Amino acid sequence: MRRIFLSFWCILSLAVFATAQDQHGHDNHDGHNHAEHADHSGQDHADHSGHAHANACGYTHEDVFNPGAVAFHHISDQNIYSIGPVAIPLPCIMYVKDQGLEMFSSGVFEADSHGSGIYAYNRWVIYEGSVRRILDKQFPMGKVAIGEHNLFPVEETMDNGKKRDVIHLCYEGEAWRCDSKSYADGGFLGGGMSSYYDFSITKNVMTMLIVFILVAWVFIRVARAYKKREGLAPTGTQNLLETLFVFIQDEVAKPFLGAKWERYTPFLMSLFFFILALNLFGQIPFFGGSNVTGNLSFTLVIAVLAFVVTTFSGNKHYWEHIFWMPGLPAWVKVIITPVEIMGMFIKPLTLMLRLFGNITAGHMVIVIFVGLIFIFGQNGANPGAAYGTAIGSTLLTMFMMAIELLVAFLQAFVFTILTASYIGAAIEDHHHAEEAH
Amino acid sequence: MIFLADFSPIRPEWGLLLWSTIIFLLFWFLVGRFAFGPIRDALKKREGDIQDALDEAKNAREEMSNLKAQNEQILNEAREERTKILREAKEAKDSIINEAKAKAKEEANRMIASAKTEIENQKNAAVTEVKNQAGMLALEIAEQVIRKQLSGDSEQEKFANSLIDEIKLN
Repeated sequence: MRRIFLSFWCILSLAVFATAQDQHGHDNHDGHNHAEHADHSGQDHADHSGHAHANACGYTHEDVFNPGAVAFHHISDQNIYSIGPVAIPLPCIMYVKDQGLEMFSSGVFEADSHGSGIYAYNRWVIYEGSVRRILDKQFPMGKVAIGEHNLFPVEETMDNGKKRDVIHLCYEGEAWRCDSKSYADGGFLGGGMSSYYDFSITKNVMTMLIVFILVAWVFIRVARAYKKREGLAPTGTQNLLETLFVFIQDEVAKPFLGAKWERYTPFLMSLFFFILALNLFGQIPFFGGSNVTGNLSFTLVIAVLAFVVTTFSGNKHYWEHIFWMPGLPAWVKVIITPVEIMGMFIKPLTLMLRLFGNITAGHMVIVIFVGLIFIFGQNGANPGAAYGTAIGSTLLTMFMMAIELLVAFLQAFVFTILTASYIGAAIEDHHHAEEAH
Repeated sequence: MIFLADFSPIRPEWGLLLWSTIIFLLFWFLVGRFAFGPIRDALKKREGDIQDALDEAKNAREEMSNLKAQNEQILNEAREERTKILREAKEAKDSIINEAKAKAKEEANRMIASAKTEIENQKNAAVTEVKNQAGMLALEIAEQVIRKQLSGDSEQEKFANSLIDEIKLN
């Protein structure tokens, strides 16, 4: 009980600290705050107490808190790693079409903790933690001071009719269009290809590397302990991880994979422990809020790998069941076959979306609960309401964090067990399949 | 609205795709090879060891119970043997005693019989001796008597009486 009160107090004081910072930001406009992710869709901000900045290009920047934008900002990948007020620069590796690789540190932009830089470097700028490229060759190379609040979004209609925000830089009274990095969404989700690829060690890549090293180190030590302490009862970390390991082995690998469980154990364990470690790492408050498993790129990769492993494990009966299901009349087979083929791809698709959705939702809910403080406190204009909401938000956030802890385990487990069941279906012996009909 | 912001994690990023693939594959191969595989094998071996130990214990228990049953049987057999030996000993004792008794009786009877025979023989020898002696004496007396007859009757009578006194049967 005492511990619960202690953690409650800690979170509350941090929330109050954040509110105080917010007010500070409003007082002197020095540094950025959450309000800079204002809703730029042109809605009426008259009711808000935010301050407006107009830049030389005529763009008006409202200091209004937009919880949705803040939430997206917090869950997105960035070229800087911000821990609290500290922005740790990360290496940028850019591949520009026709120009080759360019490498530099994101420190050159001197970005604040929210990822907007006050310098341009070799026609690169950073906005919302994401490095963008100024297309116009007229723009000077090297390190150029661009000042604050001069990067702003402009709505554009893409070729496919979808609208998106494109960042522009206001420099010497002129607006310079900045390209975003290429996305692999084919333009359907507001991305599409651009003039460059970003292969940087971003926040998420950094997190993956840290988690990779941590988990690998711990597990290799544990594996060594098994060798060194053979015949002895497991202790400490070995004991803790053995519980999880044996759980996945006995509840996931063995029931679904039958006699061939050993072959797939490393893959399933890698999935479970890597996802779990990333989920838990993302849960650490004020530690960058890494959201790797809540990023579609990562879940796409592991879902594709699950698909590849399943497909390459598929035996004769698996393909027979997909293309010409035995024991059915021919006209049913004609209907079933396309469904089965679609199912092959839908299965990994659901894996990808389930993990992404659950983790992203958890992160967003927490950000929004904290955001409530700023909404009810009207950006610092109503401190009483802010403090009052802080108590409620803290309780809700604590509750959500507890739920998220559960979700971290649950989603890692669900991803693993479903992958095991897909592989299991692909390697199943024929006589089992016969019984199923 | 959802895609309004330019930092949506819903869009697959090439860089993140590349790095995720590299890092996950590396994790899979490295940790799978140097940790998950060995741990799996160690656990499997331990499981086997535990199963073996349990089986061994079970076998030992069975063996113990077998041994116990065997011991019990041996004990019972020994007990039976002892009873049998005792019974036999008793029988032997009885038969020996009876035999001895019979033998003794028989011996006694035999001795008695032989004593009787001896006595009879001795008696017969003695009677014969007496008869012989009496015959001899009678002859001698007769001889003396005959010799004295020639000298008178009174003399002869006197003489016969003295002879009879002389004889006196020892």
